[in-house]
Amino acid sequence: MEEVAALLQGFSVVLTPYNIGLMLIGILLGVIIGVLPGLGGANGVAILLPLTFSMPPSSAIIMLSCIYWGALFGGAITSILFNIPGEPWSVATTFDGHPMAQQGKADAALTAAFTSSFVGAIVAVIVITFLAPLVAKFALRFGPPEFFAVQFLTFASFIGMGRGSPFKTLASMCLGFALASVGLDNVTGQLRMTFDQEFLLNGFKFLVAVIGLFGIGEILASMESGLNFSGARAKISLRAVLETWKQMPRLWITFVRSCIVGCWMGITPGGATPASFMSYGLAKRFSKRGNNFGKGEIEGVVAPETAAHAAGTAALLPMLTLGIPGSPTAAVLLGGLLIWGLQPGPMLFVEQKDFVWGLIASMYLGNLVGLIIVLTCVPLFAAILRIPFSIIAPVILVICAVGAYTVNNAMFDVWMMLAFGAIGYCFNKLGYPLPPLVLALVLGDMAEGSFRQAMLISQGSLTVFFSNWLVGGIMALGLFLLFLPLITWLTTLARPVPQQA
Amino acid sequence: MPNPMLRHATLAALLALATSTHASAAWEPTKAVTFVIPAGTGGGADQMARFVQGIVTKHNLMKQPMIVINKAGGAGAEGFLEIKNSPNDPHKLIITLSNLFTTPMGTGTPFSWKDLTPVAMLALDQFVLWVPSDAPYKTAKDYVEAVKAGDDKKFKMGGTGSKQEDQIITVALERQTGNKKFTYIPYQGGGAVAVQLVGKHVDSSVNNPIEAAQQWKAGALRPLCIFDAKRSVYTAKVTADMAWSDIPTCKESGLPVEYQMLRGIFMAGGATADQVKFYVDLFNKVRETAEWKKFMEDGAFNQTYMTGDDYRKWVEAAEKTHYDLMKEANFLAAGR
Repeated sequence: MEEVAALLQGFSVVLTPYNIGLMLIGILLGVIIGVLPGLGGANGVAILLPLTFSMPPSSAIIMLSCIYWGALFGGAITSILFNIPGEPWSVATTFDGHPMAQQGKADAALTAAFTSSFVGAIVAVIVITFLAPLVAKFALRFGPPEFFAVQFLTFASFIGMGRGSPFKTLASMCLGFALASVGLDNVTGQLRMTFDQEFLLNGFKFLVAVIGLFGIGEILASMESGLNFSGARAKISLRAVLETWKQMPRLWITFVRSCIVGCWMGITPGGATPASFMSYGLAKRFSKRGNNFGKGEIEGVVAPETAAHAAGTAALLPMLTLGIPGSPTAAVLLGGLLIWGLQPGPMLFVEQKDFVWGLIASMYLGNLVGLIIVLTCVPLFAAILRIPFSIIAPVILVICAVGAYTVNNAMFDVWMMLAFGAIGYCFNKLGYPLPPLVLALVLGDMAEGSFRQAMLISQGSLTVFFSNWLVGGIMALGLFLLFLPLITWLTTLARPVPQQA
Repeated sequence: MPNPMLRHATLAALLALATSTHASAAWEPTKAVTFVIPAGTGGGADQMARFVQGIVTKHNLMKQPMIVINKAGGAGAEGFLEIKNSPNDPHKLIITLSNLFTTPMGTGTPFSWKDLTPVAMLALDQFVLWVPSDAPYKTAKDYVEAVKAGDDKKFKMGGTGSKQEDQIITVALERQTGNKKFTYIPYQGGGAVAVQLVGKHVDSSVNNPIEAAQQWKAGALRPLCIFDAKRSVYTAKVTADMAWSDIPTCKESGLPVEYQMLRGIFMAGGATADQVKFYVDLFNKVRETAEWKKFMEDGAFNQTYMTGDDYRKWVEAAEKTHYDLMKEANFLAAGR
């Protein structure tokens, strides 16, 4: 119970009017940052970092981590309303969130997203509070084979996502892999598929592709369907929040599964983006209403949001205990810690107790404050859809362009975004699914890197993926999920035969 | 009609005033200064650049804001090309890693330090040979003997990137291990390498001090030797019984390998002496702050500081050294 005493001490650090004020400002700034695609948590924190140098370290980190929570919450808003993921981990939220908004249920989708975010984050904070030393050691067991196994599992749990032809899914995924391989090959140190063109050095950045494929593609599709948002019927009342909450308890199993996936991916550190995809894939696979996924199922919002936030929060743990940032935003926060003379790493928990527990306490409070703020704003956000499309579309376009530009500060990315928009539109017309492309683009180079590192270690032997219970277990689970559709298909095929005989 | 003589005098006075203000108030930035990091977030160069930005902001050392951006594409080529392609723009700075030399040599991307204007060498970053603390090797010699005695490619060396500084050092070490090679495993960043070493997924690393210091302090890693000509000057104890100065040099341990990495500042080509002077003064002020001194000690940096011709000559020599090392390791891109 040592942790509880330390945590209470942490609360006493946080609960001053000054710190609570900073918390509110941080959440609001964070939501704004999260809403603007591409600006993202990492850039937002980097821009605001210098403002905090005059504050005491605990207050500064409270404000910065609240910006982080705010950005996590904010990312869901544009995903649901406009099909534009503000952050990479919000991509899976668009799959069901945006159809819900189109059906006039934007407020329900937003409430579900915010509530799930909160649940995911709180569960992860509890894990951090009580298991920090234990899980920190567990993360050390992850070498290249283990990382590849996790990425393989993500792909496997996502397979069969496409509702159309499996060949179209495969084609879409292969295009994603091809795009992911442009740029520097980290294993050989050579440039690949850059054709001596300077603008290709950086490869195709995931966010640029996503803003184009989803955001611009959506605008093009809406223009075709007659310049109106069908979400305009959205009712504006706080009652929707309560009504949505009533539906939550029956989804408890989705919450539990997503929290486990999220915490695990955050700690290992697999990251929030794969966590959200994996959780969505698993929810679709195991839900009774799995066939309805992608058409506006509330479970399809709950699963990725819970996992993404559990992972995003748990990702702060490796940063504090090992000094490795679990996400780009965490990396910028790490820079901040150094300025205040705090060296993240195994000794931080011993040497800087007040700071660490103040931060953990602010995670509890920041999330709670964040939830209250965003929930009260649900009607406001949903009302955005009432603005005529002819006014909102140019605004969205500008925000998308700014977002794409911000990713690398390169004008080329804005052109890329428009090109991806056209591709996204064609994909929709021809019935090619977009999620496999996006998944391959985000996980492709990571998976390739881990696979080749593992091959270097084992000198080319595939047995390395079954060399201990951890990697073997994850791989076996991945293979099982991969072949599950085939097994189900074979059993349904086999069953009628004895009945007829 | 005004007196022509008087007019002449006023003009002369104005002229005098103009030249005198010019002499006292030298050039200074007229808009935000962009500080480019040719590497990703979280690495050593990123930490240093953001630290500099923090100090400049906190102590109000410059009237205009400093904006830090990462341009890591193509092993840093993206960042260097950005500076190369904005000649005569005095509002852009870049911090270097060894990729100033290794990226053009290894990938054939067309840029060189000669396209840029050298400003100052802030420090030299050290490299240390690390093993997990429960490994049986107490000295660098023990470790090298074990590598010699083991099978070829049995020992795994973790490092940042491919054909960059960590792998160059690894190849240099292989000259001391008979004909036994290391299996070099490239990772994305130095922090990840240190953690992989703690988890024993690799056998050793050549991490920069700042990347591995915390793990050392926590008793997870052991430093074997430092790749510098002289021992570190920092004598404050880091762990219970060791300071940075207690780490023997690799040469002392019978491994004649030396390597340090330039943490230097360049600006775009064609900068005037006035403009360079402004930034040299700025970095002089940064170096005088207490925060900077602590940062240098925490990271056990070699605080060699150079500007002007000394710096230019150092960079010229370093380019030659890298060329030879890369050539010997067979890392040069075709046509180089």
